[in-house]
Amino acid sequence: MKESSLKYRQFKDKAFLFAVYSVVAISIIPLFLIIYYISKMGISAINWNFLTTLPKPPGEAGGGMANAIVGTLMLIFTSSIFAIPISIFIGIYLSEYQESKLASIGRYCLEVLQGVPSIVIGIIAYLLFVKPFGGFNALSGALALAMMMIPIIAKTTEETLKLVPLAIKEAAIALGVPYYKVILKVVVPTGLSGIITGIILGIARVAGETAPLLFTAFGNPFMSYNMLKPISSMPLIIFNYSGSPYDDWHAMAWGTSFILLIIVLILNIIAKIIASRWKIQF
Amino acid sequence: MNKDRFYKFILSSSVVVLIALVAVILVLLVENSLMSIKEFSYTMFTKNEWDPVQKSFLLISMPFALFLALFLGEYNTSGYIHNFVKSCVELLAGIPSLIYGFWGLFIFVPMIRDAQMYFGVIPYGVGLLTATLILAIMITPYSASLAQEVIRLVPRDLKEASYALGATRLETIRRIIIPYALSGLFAGVLLSLGRALGETMAVTMVIGNSNFIPKDLFSPANTMSSIIANEFTEATDPLHLSALIEIALILFVTTSVINLLGKYIIKKMVIK
Repeated sequence: MKESSLKYRQFKDKAFLFAVYSVVAISIIPLFLIIYYISKMGISAINWNFLTTLPKPPGEAGGGMANAIVGTLMLIFTSSIFAIPISIFIGIYLSEYQESKLASIGRYCLEVLQGVPSIVIGIIAYLLFVKPFGGFNALSGALALAMMMIPIIAKTTEETLKLVPLAIKEAAIALGVPYYKVILKVVVPTGLSGIITGIILGIARVAGETAPLLFTAFGNPFMSYNMLKPISSMPLIIFNYSGSPYDDWHAMAWGTSFILLIIVLILNIIAKIIASRWKIQF
Repeated sequence: MNKDRFYKFILSSSVVVLIALVAVILVLLVENSLMSIKEFSYTMFTKNEWDPVQKSFLLISMPFALFLALFLGEYNTSGYIHNFVKSCVELLAGIPSLIYGFWGLFIFVPMIRDAQMYFGVIPYGVGLLTATLILAIMITPYSASLAQEVIRLVPRDLKEASYALGATRLETIRRIIIPYALSGLFAGVLLSLGRALGETMAVTMVIGNSNFIPKDLFSPANTMSSIIANEFTEATDPLHLSALIEIALILFVTTSVINLLGKYIIKKMVIK
C-alpha cells in the first residue's frame, strides 16, 4: 500500500467532508427552486374566480378550474373506496400469515405492482374498463389510481402490523378472544397510525398522477359529477394547458400546479408527523 | 369458529385478488400486443433504441445520491441537520412527476436554450439533456434513501476496527463501507433505473418527441413511456395500438425483472 503522510491523509479526509456537504447542499436546492417558482408564478393566478368558475376558451379573460378540483376530489375519493379496504386486508394477511405460500406469492405481486410504470397502469385500465364499455369514463380513472394505491397502503400496513409485539396478541388470545377479534380489536388499532400514514401517502402519490388518467378519465371542459362520463382533474389540466400556445392557459397551469404542489406537500408532511408522533412504542 | 374461518377467507381472497390482478395485467398486455409481435416479430425492441436518457441520467444522479446517502447514513446520523436534509429529500421524492415536468418546461428549458445558443447548437431547449437532468433531480432522492438504508447496515464493529487501526473517515468509507455495501448499492442503482424507465410525465414534457435516434445529447428524442403517452389516444389503426401495447409489455417486463432482482439483492444483504 502506498504510504502517504498523515497531514495529506487528513487533508483528503477534510476535502471529502467538504465535498459531501456541498453536494448535499446542491441536491436539495431544486426543492426550493421548484417551490419558489411555482409559488411565484402560481399565487398571482389564484383568486376566488379561479377556484369557482369553469375554464374559458383562450383569449377570454377569467375562467377557473372548479371542474378540475371537483374531478380530482371525486377521483381520489372513489379510488380510495376501492383501494383502502382491499389493501388493508392484504396487509393484515401478509403480516399475520407471514410464512404461508400465498403470502410470499402475494409479496412478489406487490413488488411487481409497485414497479409497474404509471403509463402501463393507464393502458391496463383502458383495456379493462374503457374499451369494453366503449368510452372514456371517470370510473376507469379511479380504478387505475386504485391500482397504484394498493401496493403503498398494503406495504405500510404489513410493515406496521409486523411491529405489534407478540405478547399483546398472546395476552388477548389467552383471555379467550377469538382470533379475528384479536386482529380487529388489538392488532389493527395498535398499528392504526401506520395504516393511516400509508393511506395518506397513497393519496399523495396518486393526487399528482397524470399518466393513468390520460386514456381513462380523459378530461372534460365542463363540470361533471357523473362517474361514467369523462371527468377533468388537476394534473390533466396542467398537462394539457402547459402544452398549449396560449399565455392565459399557461397562467392557469401555474395556478393549478401551485394548488397541487401545496396539497401534495401538506399530505406528505402530515404523514411524516403522524409517523413520528404516533409510533408503536412499548 | 365459523367467523374466524370467514375472516381468514376474506383476508386470503384479497391476496388472491391481488395475484389475479397482476396475472390479468400480464395476460392483457400479451394478448393485445400479439398482433404487433406477429407483424414485426421481435425486431422492434432491437431496432429502435428509445431509451438513451435512462442510461445517461445514471451518470449524473449516482454520485449525488451516494454523497447524500453518506451524509445521511454516515456523517450525520441524527440531529437537526440530519432531519432537515432527510425531510427535504422526502419532500423532493413526494413531488408529482408532472410538476417536475411543468417546472422543467417553463424554467429549465429556457435556461438550456440559452446555454445552447451560447455553444452554438440548434436551440431546441427540449431534448435529451433536459430530460436527463430533470430525471436526475427526480430520481436522486429515491436512490439516496435506498443507498442510505444499505450504508446503515454496515456493522459498527467493522467501522470501529478501521478507526482503531488509524484510518481516517474517508479511508473507512472507501475501504470498509463501500466494499461492504457494494451489492446493496448496486441493487439501489438497479431499482433507480427501474423507476426511471417507467417515468412518464416529466420526460414526456421536456424530451421533445422525435422518433429518430438522437444524434447528440442536445437533440429531441423519445422514450418508451413518452411514446405511449403521446400516441395512444391518437392511435386508430389497430396495428399501431397493438405496437404501443407491445411497448407497454416490454416496459412492464423490464421494470418487473429489475425490481424483483434489486429487492432480492437487498434482502440477501439484510439477512447477511
